[in-house]
Amino acid sequence: MQFGIFTVGDVTPDPTTGRAPTEHERIKAMVAIARKAEEVGLDVFASGEHHNPPFVPSSPTTMLGYIAARTERLILSTSTTLITTNDPVKIAEDFAMLQHLADGRVDLMLGRGNTGPVYPWFGQDIRQGINLAVENYALLHRLWREDVVDWEGRFRTPLQGFTSTPRPLDGVPPFVWHGSIRSPEIAEQAAYYGDGFFHNNIFWPADHTRRMVELYRARYAHYGHGTPEQAVVGLGGHVFMRRNSQDAVREFRPYFDNAPVYGHGPSLEEFSTQTPLTVGTPEQVIEKTLGFREYAGDYQRQLFLVDHAGLPLKTVLEQIDMLGEEVVPVLREEFAKGRPAGVPDAPTHAGLVAAAGAAGAAGSSAASGSSAASGAQEVTAV
Amino acid sequence: MRLVVVSAGLSVPSSTRLLADRLSAAVVRRAAGPVDVRVVELRDLAVEIAHRFTNGFAGPALAAAQEAVAGADGLIVVTPVFSASYSGLFKSFFDVLDRDALDGTPVLIAATGGSARHSLVLEHALRPLFAHLRAVVVPTGVYAASEDWGAEGLAERVERAAGELARWMGAVGAAGAAAVAVPGRAGEAGDAGTAGDGEVAGDGGVARPVVAEESAGFTVVPFAERLAALRP
Repeated sequence: MQFGIFTVGDVTPDPTTGRAPTEHERIKAMVAIARKAEEVGLDVFASGEHHNPPFVPSSPTTMLGYIAARTERLILSTSTTLITTNDPVKIAEDFAMLQHLADGRVDLMLGRGNTGPVYPWFGQDIRQGINLAVENYALLHRLWREDVVDWEGRFRTPLQGFTSTPRPLDGVPPFVWHGSIRSPEIAEQAAYYGDGFFHNNIFWPADHTRRMVELYRARYAHYGHGTPEQAVVGLGGHVFMRRNSQDAVREFRPYFDNAPVYGHGPSLEEFSTQTPLTVGTPEQVIEKTLGFREYAGDYQRQLFLVDHAGLPLKTVLEQIDMLGEEVVPVLREEFAKGRPAGVPDAPTHAGLVAAAGAAGAAGSSAASGSSAASGAQEVTAV
Repeated sequence: MRLVVVSAGLSVPSSTRLLADRLSAAVVRRAAGPVDVRVVELRDLAVEIAHRFTNGFAGPALAAAQEAVAGADGLIVVTPVFSASYSGLFKSFFDVLDRDALDGTPVLIAATGGSARHSLVLEHALRPLFAHLRAVVVPTGVYAASEDWGAEGLAERVERAAGELARWMGAVGAAGAAAVAVPGRAGEAGDAGTAGDGEVAGDGGVARPVVAEESAGFTVVPFAERLAALRP
């Protein structure tokens, strides 16, 4: 199982001082957060993508490329890459390039983006959000798997004899997570391709997350990729920790109360009851996070949000220290207990290369594969 | 049959609730079969409705009320008139309801006010709102000004509106039972494609996909059909 950090990349004034970081400071802070994540033994750093203030990460692969050069082990990912307003050809090129530079330490999470005005800025229409996600990903999927692509669709100019370069590292495309909070269509898409499904549950009640993940797992099995338990699931988490629970609550409350997303709404206590938010001790975070398995099943990736709402960098780095030193080692151990043998490991480039090699060997030695393999072929043919 | 009454009165007791109770009692009397009545007092949900706007998800009490409204065979909605229209709380409840929750649901609209001068609020505010939500609004709306409570006419309007709602609830209930056999509806998880629920001939005899499969409580259009629909 993989553990990591995901960041929105917001520039928010610290409500306790009124001071907002500059864009430059925030961008450098995101890099510092990623390096800290590697230093303390976390597995993944994921950046959001936004094209409007108060957010800075408009160009995730530029940032991740820089981080790749400053890290050794960390998997670089996104949360999310906009499959609706980015040209799928450019996504194919950018992430293949990043994959080479980072020696395979790359995957990505696709999302639609819910800011209406961003769509027309990129020549699109939010009302076509699902259709854009469907068509653009169908093209992206082919660009990484077929050397020469002829293609025609509804939303971009046709391609004749196009080859996306560089070709994916070792012939294996980056692993794709499809992120969605509310849209069953996206769970269905992830299941159809046998890709991962990331439910960003952090602002949502457990029952909603359970239903979305259950849908994805059922459909994953329906499409012949394996059992529901073999589907690849990622979840979010939202934490603030201090040694003493009351200190955590006291320190975090002004950030909670003024947070752009959920501030000026319910109390911290109500929100903590209804969503995965945990403000307390590392032990409390461990307990709550282990509880996710009860409604989402055994899963592969856990990303924590720790750097939003104007929290100072120093505080954020302390949070990552606590995650790395006290929380994640226990979570690794506890999640491993009772994990059924059939539950797949979290996706890595090495794992995908090995699986591709095994599938290639099986394909050449037998005319028809297992149901999972034939399901994969059917998907590739689309 | 399930009758849900949404009352946006704020005082306790309120004339809005009083009107709501008279209407629901009349519907129960006039219904063909037994009616299970559930009253949703929006006052009790005011904070959760506000949080729903800031959070994006419904708290437990609001979620239960929304579920009841979505599952109703008939609905009575009653609002006090505030600033020449329905109250903000009343509108907010329907703003955070699922878009399709009232599809085809018979609705009796009613309002209360201090004088008769705002009686057309039913026609210029409530009726368009529920038309937008694709509900079936019964012809008679009931407006009760303070003076109406002691005057003739209110009781007759209550009875007429209740009779209309009771008839519609019966009609929609019967049609709902028949809808199970309509192609493209229902179908259990995993069995799509085995029954004759694949396609129906659309305009010009062109087959178009209408199948939705049920899974984990969601209705999903199989991905291949969604993708195929986008082919130029």
